[in-house]
This record gives sequence, structure tokens and C-alpha cells, in this order.
Amino acid sequence: MRRIRPETRWAYVFLLPWLIGLVVFQLGPMVASLVLSFTDFDLIGSPEFVGLGNYAKTAQDPKVLRAVGNTVYYTALHVPLSIALALALALMLNRITGRAAGVFRTIFYLPSMTPYVAVGVLFLFLLNGQAGMVNQFLGLFGIEGPQWTTDPDWILPGIVLMSLWNLGSTTIILFAALRNVPRELTEAAMIDGAGRWQRFRSITLPMISSAVFFVVIINTISALQMFDQVYAMFFGNQIAQQSHGDAALFYVVYLFQQAFQFLHMGYASALAWVLFLVIMVITLIQVKVGNRLVYYEAEEHAG
Amino acid sequence: MPKYHPGRISAVALLVAALSACGGVGANSGDSRGGSGEAGSGGAGSSLTTMGFGLPDEIATVRVDAFRKAYPDVKVAINEGQFDEQAFLSAVASGNPPDVVYLGRERIGSYAARGAIQPLDDCVSREKIATGDFYPAAQQQSKYDGKWYAVPEFYNSIVLLVNNKAAKDAGVDPASIDTSDWDALAKLAEKMNRVRDGRIERFGFYPKLPEFLPLWAKANGADILSADGRTAKLDDPKVVEALDYAGRLVESQGGWKKLKAFTETFDYFGEENPFATDRLGAMLTEQFVVSAMAGTTPDADITVLPVKDRQGHPVNNVGGNAWVVPKGAKHPDVACRWMKTMTSADTWIAAARARADKRAKEGKVNIGTYTGNVKADDVIFSEVVKPSGHKAYDDAVKTIRSVQQAGFVVPPSAAAAEFTKAWQDAGNRVLLGERKPADAMKQAQQQAQQAIDEATQ
Repeated sequence: MRRIRPETRWAYVFLLPWLIGLVVFQLGPMVASLVLSFTDFDLIGSPEFVGLGNYAKTAQDPKVLRAVGNTVYYTALHVPLSIALALALALMLNRITGRAAGVFRTIFYLPSMTPYVAVGVLFLFLLNGQAGMVNQFLGLFGIEGPQWTTDPDWILPGIVLMSLWNLGSTTIILFAALRNVPRELTEAAMIDGAGRWQRFRSITLPMISSAVFFVVIINTISALQMFDQVYAMFFGNQIAQQSHGDAALFYVVYLFQQAFQFLHMGYASALAWVLFLVIMVITLIQVKVGNRLVYYEAEEHAG
Repeated sequence: MPKYHPGRISAVALLVAALSACGGVGANSGDSRGGSGEAGSGGAGSSLTTMGFGLPDEIATVRVDAFRKAYPDVKVAINEGQFDEQAFLSAVASGNPPDVVYLGRERIGSYAARGAIQPLDDCVSREKIATGDFYPAAQQQSKYDGKWYAVPEFYNSIVLLVNNKAAKDAGVDPASIDTSDWDALAKLAEKMNRVRDGRIERFGFYPKLPEFLPLWAKANGADILSADGRTAKLDDPKVVEALDYAGRLVESQGGWKKLKAFTETFDYFGEENPFATDRLGAMLTEQFVVSAMAGTTPDADITVLPVKDRQGHPVNNVGGNAWVVPKGAKHPDVACRWMKTMTSADTWIAAARARADKRAKEGKVNIGTYTGNVKADDVIFSEVVKPSGHKAYDDAVKTIRSVQQAGFVVPPSAAAAEFTKAWQDAGNRVLLGERKPADAMKQAQQQAQQAIDEATQ
């Protein structure tokens, strides 16, 4: 019989709270939504079985295509930018020592404490093309800023800009990883005459690669699920819904509209499961690629 | 902005299922005595739960007090807050809905078609609700398939609100502005519009597109939906022409991208409203904006005019809220009495009187309460609302009263939400220059008709 190693056992103990939550609160609804995804259901009448009809519809729905395009565009910009920026911030934090260190760490994390809806509304003001501070700032350099909130070509870049406000969690994770890079290695490299960039490339980056890999996966998943801020900004009330086209239509926003605006619960459930499968595939690919690029410290002991 | 919750992976799917599984936000019936007896029980020992209704002002509280006084034995529980579709539908799906719900009349068709709300014909005849007192347009919006499904409340009219300073700057007497002459209107818009260094300083004429497309279409002699609510007419050449005109109007004043961002900075309900601050030349608007301005800026230099179609007759797309009884409501008979009391002429007149007294005490201008009840309005505007001495607002009252009978509505439809979304999206595409009006409306027509067919089959 295969023996479970103590570490593995402890891992499960720590996972337990989440597992209990999953089983108690989420498993039932997940199964229910899977069942509903094969039906036509409007919350009032009883569900009608339609087979794979809802899934076939997702493949033909032009709005799904638009929503997927917007979501992919956002993810492709948001993930690399946010991680690069968070890494830069973490490197800066790592250089600060003494009493100030705690203060700065707190300040860097503060934006993450702001509710997403508040961030969305705040940025609607900041990004306003006629009166917003972002364009006032650009105006100082003689640049006539774009209409971030109303020009379909600029709405997504504006949303990416907004998403970079909230880097606290990513920064903290990368910062914790940086703190674990053994000083001896860097010092040895310095004695060997390695420059700053070389040390970063050959020592720091490999040593924190597992953390970087983790934040890439998590950021990708959350980017594909982007909802709160965009909904608050562009779909929050009836007037807002009326006045923006599909420029800010993210996948989950469309799913939400189908479910709660048009009451196509079956179709919305199918959309949710498609998203689930897509995210799973993307994550699997990332794990496969990651295994080749990521260095795990424990590897030598594991075998 | 990462959220470290792997379990959120299909959060919305979960929500979908959670709502259907556990019923989500239920409304407590709070009734332990089973007092849902038929008419004649006087509602003794019964209770009533409402949804979507709040008590923000005397118009609400006076009428609720009237009900409490008439039915002292009924325990009224008012769950304050705006109507929330998810809360409502999950409550209905759970089999534990509130007794009476307050919502926008434009939603009634789709809920009636889905069976989420009950027909009220029995209620209307049993309680002898004076449905003939309601404005015809409000009646039309409260019925579906020939049956009563709702009892209407307010009656909001659309008027043309002019900033006199902007009109005078353009060399025009504000009172002479006439929306029936589209060429003159376009010229006036450009003259009142003011742009400096790429920044909008004053939006000359705000046609309120896409939301007011039904009004623009009507002004051009077209309806966007057949009277039975089954045939979309979005690609009617006259609808396209109206959208094309209003779209060009926006284009010539700086383009929608900039103007939209500009309008997003407006607070119509405060002292810094765009008319008091000279940021708008003229706009089409519901009369409640005028009402709010009367409270905040009584000396604003404005003129309120009727919107006219191209033949010179007034046109007015009306709307407002209504009361409905959800499927599975525990106390439909009490709900029926509630609806009758809230909307009857006497109750409205008492509420309007309270509003007039309050505004008078505060030294504010009152332009009256515009109810869905013709009888109530006749008394309110002959006995309750007195000239304030602020000519602009006193004239506004006359204008609003004069366009009420011209009120029309987009007929109730089983796919109202999808239908509305289709033409609004099309309007946006035109305003943003993405599509030509004819193409956009052709696409909207297909989408809308498909949604209607699916909903009514």
C-alpha cells in the first residue's frame, strides 16, 4: 500500500477548510448548473431538456465571440503588465530595510483593500475623457487624452489601466518569494563579478520562478473571470447599460446578462461551463509549460 | 487584481444554480394566522409584504398611512429598496414571493408572458378599481393579452428643456424653439453648442439617444413595435431616418465619444445641474428632472416646451412604475386592496397636498405630482398646485399638462428586455460611427424579432 508522506497529509489538513466550503456551499450548485446547462430554464417555469442545444448556441452566438475577444485582449495585456509591475514593486520593497519597510508594505497593499465596485466607480471619474484626472495629467504634457470611458477603441485599455491599480496581492507574494532568495548565492555571484542584471536573470528569477508561475496562473484565471469592476463601471445601472455598446462586454458580463437580464438560465449555465473548461485547459497548458521552466527547491528531496 | 479563490472558477454558474436551488432572497410572509381569506374578510389579522418600494418622501408615506388607516388590522412590511430583478425572480422561483411588487411598467409584458405575475382582472372587478381613471397610455402598459396585470402609479412625460441663456446666445427666443422643424433644430443645436480646444463647454442640444429613440421614431410618424407587441418594426425607413437625423445632430456637436463623457459629469438633481451651470443648451427629458430643478434651482433661467412631431403635434413617450402581484403571493386579496388604495384619486390628492405643504414650508417651488390617475391630476392641478411666482416653472406646469394626453408607450412585449437592448445597441453603434443607421437597424430588427418569436411561441 502506498504510504502518504507527512507533508502530503499536512497539506490536506490545511486544505480542509476550503474543501469543506467547496462541498457544503459549491458542489451542489455546480452540479445543478451542469444539469441546467442542458435545459431551457427561465427561473419561473420548470426546466425543459434541450440536450446540447445551449452549447451549440454558444458556438454560433456573435456576442460570445465579441465577449471572448474582449476578454482575451484584456487578459493578454493585464497578466504580463501586472506581473512585471508587481515584480518591480516587490524588488523595490525588498531593498527597503528598517522601520520604513513595514510602512511601505502596508501602503502597497492598501489598494487591495478597496472594494472592486468602489474602484470601478472611482476610475469612471478618473478616466472621464472631458473632466477626468487622467486626461488632465496627460494635458500637462500637451497630450490630448482619449475618451477612455466612451470611445470603444479605448475602453479596454482604460480597463487594463484600472486593473493595474490593484497589485497588492501579487506584489506581496512575489515579495515573500524574494525574501527567500538566499543571500549567499547573490553574494557569491557578486564576488564572481556578475552584474545586477545577470544576478537577477540567473539567480533571483529562477529562485522565485515558482511564485511567478503561481501568480501567472492566478492572474490569468481572474482576468478571464473579470466582472465586478467592469460591471460597476459600464453596466451598473440602466442608463449605463443603455449607453455603452459591446466594447466592455466581458465573457462573465455577458453570462450575467443572459442569466439575470434575459433569464436564459440554461444558456448562462452552459456559458459558465464552457468558461470552466477553457480555464482548465489553459491552466493545464500553463502547468505543462511551467514544469519545464520552474525550479522547485524541494525537488532533490522529493525523489 | 487577482482574487485568490480557486473556487470562484464558475462563480456565476453557482449563483445561477444557488438561486434556483435555495430560492435566494425570500420574502417573509410574516403571517401566522393564515388570513388569506377571500374578499369581504376586511383583511383582518392579515399581513402584506412589499418589494421594490421605498419611503423616501411624503408622496410615499402619506399613501402608506392612508392604507394603514383604512386597514388597521393588516400588518404591513415594507422591504425598502429599489426593484431588483434577481431578488424578485428568485423569490418567485422559491415559492415564497412578496405579496405586492413595485416596478417599471416596461417590464410587465415579459413577466406576464412568463407567468411570474398574476392577472388582476378578478381583483379589478372585485375591488371595483376605477381603471377608467388611469391615463390610456398607462392602461395600455398595465395590460397584457387583454388582461390587467398591473395597477399604474406615476405618469412621466417627456418635454423639451431649454437653457434660455444658450438660446439667447444663439440669437433665438427660447419660447419660439420648435422641434417639428428638423433643419432649424439642427442649425440651432450647432449654434448653441460650444467647444474650445477639443473640450466640450456646452452641449447645444442633447437628443437623449439611444434611450429616446421610440420618441424620435414617433416624431417621424413611426412605431418601433406593432400594437400587439409581436412584430418589431425597427428597420422601418422612418425609424432609420429618425436615428440618422439624431445621430448627425450629435456628430455635428463634437461627436458622441466626447459628448457622452461630458454628459457623464452631469448631476441633474443638484444645485450644480447642467442648466444652472450653462453646460447644456437644450435637452429632451422626463418631467421629473424639471421637478427636481424646481426644488434645487428655483431661479434657473429655463423654458419648458412640448416636444412636437414633424407635423407640429405634441408627442410624448410616457412611463412610470406600477404595482403587480407575483405568482404564488400569499395574500393577493390584501395586495389588491393595497394597489387600489395607493393609486386611487383621493390618496394621490392627499399625497400631492402633503408635498405642496412641505415645499411651501421650505420656501421651495412645487410643480406638482404627476400621477397615472386622470381624476387625481385634475384636482391636483386645479386645487393643490398654485402658481409659485417663478414664471419658468409655472409655465412648465402648463406645458407638461398640455402634453399628457399625447402620451404613448412602446406596446408591452414578452421579450421587452431583449427588444430594448437590440435597438439601444443599434443606436449606440450609429452614435459611435461604427455602423450606418440602416445596417444597424436591420441587424437590430433581426435580433429583436427572433427574441420576440422565441418568447411568444
